[in-house]
Amino acid sequence: MNITSIARNLSPLALLLAAAASLPGQGQNDIVGKISSAERPAIAVADMRGTGDAQRHMDTFNSTLWDELSNAGILKMVAKTFYPLEVPQRPQDFKPPTVPANARRGTPPVRNGPWLTDWSGPPVNANYLAFGYTAVQDNRLVLFGWLFNTGQQDVTTAQVIGKLYFGSLDADGAKKVAREFAADILQQFGAKSLAGTKIYFVSDRSGAKEIWSMDYDGSHQQRLTQYNSTSSMPTVSPDGKLFAFTTYAGGNPQIRVHSAETGRRMPFYNPVSSVVETPEFTPDGKQMLFATALGGWVQICISGIDGSNFRRISNVRAIEVSPKVNPKTGSDMLFISGRGGRQQLWHMNLDGTDMQQFTTGEGDVANPAWSPSGQQIAFAWTRGYEPGNFNIFVMDVASRKPVQLTQGTGRNENPWWAPDGVHLVFTSKRGKSTQIYTMLSDGSNVQQLTTQGNNIQPVWANGVN
Amino acid sequence: MRMNQRTLSAAVFAVVLMMTVTACKKKVPAPPPPPPPAAEVLPPPPAAPAARITNFAVEPRSIQQGQSATLTWSVANATNIAINNGIGSVAADGTRQVFPTATTTYTLTASAAGGNDTRSVTVEVTTPPPPPPPPPARPKITGAEEFTTLFNGDGGDALFDYDKSDIRDDARQALTSDAAKLKQIFADDPTFTVVLEGHCDERGSAEYNLGLGDRRATSAKDFLVQLGVPAEKVRTISYGKDRPVCTDATEACYQRNRRAHLAPAQ
Repeated sequence: MNITSIARNLSPLALLLAAAASLPGQGQNDIVGKISSAERPAIAVADMRGTGDAQRHMDTFNSTLWDELSNAGILKMVAKTFYPLEVPQRPQDFKPPTVPANARRGTPPVRNGPWLTDWSGPPVNANYLAFGYTAVQDNRLVLFGWLFNTGQQDVTTAQVIGKLYFGSLDADGAKKVAREFAADILQQFGAKSLAGTKIYFVSDRSGAKEIWSMDYDGSHQQRLTQYNSTSSMPTVSPDGKLFAFTTYAGGNPQIRVHSAETGRRMPFYNPVSSVVETPEFTPDGKQMLFATALGGWVQICISGIDGSNFRRISNVRAIEVSPKVNPKTGSDMLFISGRGGRQQLWHMNLDGTDMQQFTTGEGDVANPAWSPSGQQIAFAWTRGYEPGNFNIFVMDVASRKPVQLTQGTGRNENPWWAPDGVHLVFTSKRGKSTQIYTMLSDGSNVQQLTTQGNNIQPVWANGVN
Repeated sequence: MRMNQRTLSAAVFAVVLMMTVTACKKKVPAPPPPPPPAAEVLPPPPAAPAARITNFAVEPRSIQQGQSATLTWSVANATNIAINNGIGSVAADGTRQVFPTATTTYTLTASAAGGNDTRSVTVEVTTPPPPPPPPPARPKITGAEEFTTLFNGDGGDALFDYDKSDIRDDARQALTSDAAKLKQIFADDPTFTVVLEGHCDERGSAEYNLGLGDRRATSAKDFLVQLGVPAEKVRTISYGKDRPVCTDATEACYQRNRRAHLAPAQ
C-alpha cells in the first residue's frame, strides 16, 4: 500500500483535507517529512485506451505510467478523480472555443470540445497533461504519446513531447512503452533515471543470510552468494563492478569481495579478528574502509581493496563502526562512535582531523549514508523513542538540522540514497518481518519492494554499464 | 782425504804393535782337564694326569624364553677348557649367565695331555604362554565431550546490562565456575580449545552490536585469564545480534541474549 494508491481511492473531500494538512490516520501516519511539493509542477496523466488487441494491456500500461511518474518524486500528480469527462486522445481532439462574431462583450466563448483550459483551470489545476493512445501495428504495440503544456494558448505551441513508442504486444511491452514515455517526460523536468541501478541487500529467505540484488523497482530479485552462513553488510564499488560484504563462512568473520559481473570471488587479505565488518569502498574505488577489533575495541581502518596496506584510522577506547566517505570530496567521512557515551553520528577527515559530533547525544544513531551530492546525509536514530526504535532522519550537512522522515514503533533502519539523489531505500519492520521500502527524501511515497523472508541492509548502487 | 788415510794407517800399526807386545808375556803351563762327572740317574718323569671335570651344572634347568640360566663348572688338570655355543675358552672354575632362546645343550670340553673329559648340560627353554590380550582401551573422553558433560549443555553464560560490557556479580560467579571447568578440560585434553562468543539483544544496530559483542567476549576472556585459564586456548568472536537464543521483545529475552557464551572450538 502506498500513498499513491491510497490517494486514488480516497474521496475528493478527504483528499483535499489530506492535501491541506498531510493528515495522519490514513495508514501512513508514520510519515512526518517536510512538505516540499508546493514547487513541483502539477501533471495530469489521462487514462489511455488502445485500439483492438492493444486495449487488453492498457490497465498495465496506465498503472505503470502513473507509478513511474509518481515515484520519480519531482512531479505533483493530480488525482484522476478531478479530470474532465472529455479526455483528448490526440492533438486534433482539442477544439479551441470560439467567440461568436456578433457576441457582446462578456459573452463566454462557445465550447467546441476538449480544450487546454479544461486541464489548466480548477479543479485540475495541472501545468502539464500527458495523453495519447495505443494501437497494433505489424503485431507490435505502438504508443502515440504526447505531453502538452496546458498553460499555452494554442495547441501548436503547447506540445512538449509527441512521439511514437514500440513494444511487444503483451504486458511486458505495455510496461516498456510506459516506462520509455515516462522517462521522456521526466527528462523534461531534470530527473535522473534510476533505470539500470541495482539495490543490493541481505535476505534470509533461502534459510541463511545471503547477499541478493534487485532492480530499483523490486523486480528481478536474485541471490548472489551461497555461503550458507551469515553474510551481511553489502557495499558496492562506485563503478558498480565489485561488491563486498562480511561473512562468517570461514569461521572467523571476514570481508569478501566479489565481481558484480561474473560473481567471481576476488582476493582480500583479512585480519584474523573477532570482528571484521562494515566494508566501504572509497569514492575512487581504490581503497576499502572497514571496522575490526584492534586492542580490545572495534575501530575503523583502511586498506587497499585487496586488504593490503592495512592501517587504522581511529584510535580511541570506544566502539567505532560504519565508515562512510563523502562521495564528492573523498576526503571526509561519517562514522558511528561511542566515544562520547551513546553511539552517535560523527564526522572527521580521513586523516583523523576535524572531529565533530553531528547528532545531539540523545538516543542511539546508526547507518549513516551520504546523498550523491554530499550535501545531505541520512541515518537511523532512536531519539525520542525507546532503545531499538529507530527512525529515518535526514540532515543538511550545512545546517546540521535533522528532519525525521519516519515516525513509529516499528524499526526503521538502513537508509541509503538512490543515485538520483531524490529517493531513499530503507528497511522497516511493520509486521512480523523486516522488509525493504523506498520513499522520497521528504518521507513521502513509500513503496514496499520485498515480501519474502526478512530483507535488510539495502545498498542502492549504480548499475554496471 | 790423504791425511785420513795416513791417520788410519798409523792406528792399524799401533794395534798390531800392542798385540805383539802382549804376546811377548811370560808363558804358564796349562792345568790337566777335570775328570768327567759321575753319571746321574734321573727319576722317570711322572705320567701326565688326565683332565677331569668335577662339576658342570646349569641352574635352573628349565627357563622361559627371555629368562636366563647360570652355568657352573669346575675342571681339574685341564690345559684347555671350552664351552661351545659361542662361549669359547673359560677358566677352570667359573659361572656364566646364558640367555638361550631355545632349548640348548652346552658342552664343556676339558682337554689335557693325559686325556680329555666332556660333559654336557641342557637348558630347556619353554615358550611362555601368550600374554593376556590388552584390556579394551578405555574410551578416551574428548575435550568437547567433557565440555558438554561439565557445562551440562549450556555455555556457562555470563550476562550483561544493556549497552554494557562490565562483569556483573552474577557474571563473576558464572565465569569463576567456568574457569574451574575449563582448566579441568584443558588438563584432560591438551588439544581442546574454546570459543568465547559475544552476543547482544536485538535493540542496537547490527553494526554497533558486533562491536559490543566483541567487548563482552573480551571482558569475559580477560576475567577467565585472570583466574588462570590459558589465554591462547580461548578465542573470542562476536556474533552481535545474529544468533539470539530467543526472539521475544521482552526484557527477559533481551537479558538472555546479552551474554558471553562458551562453545567448543570447531
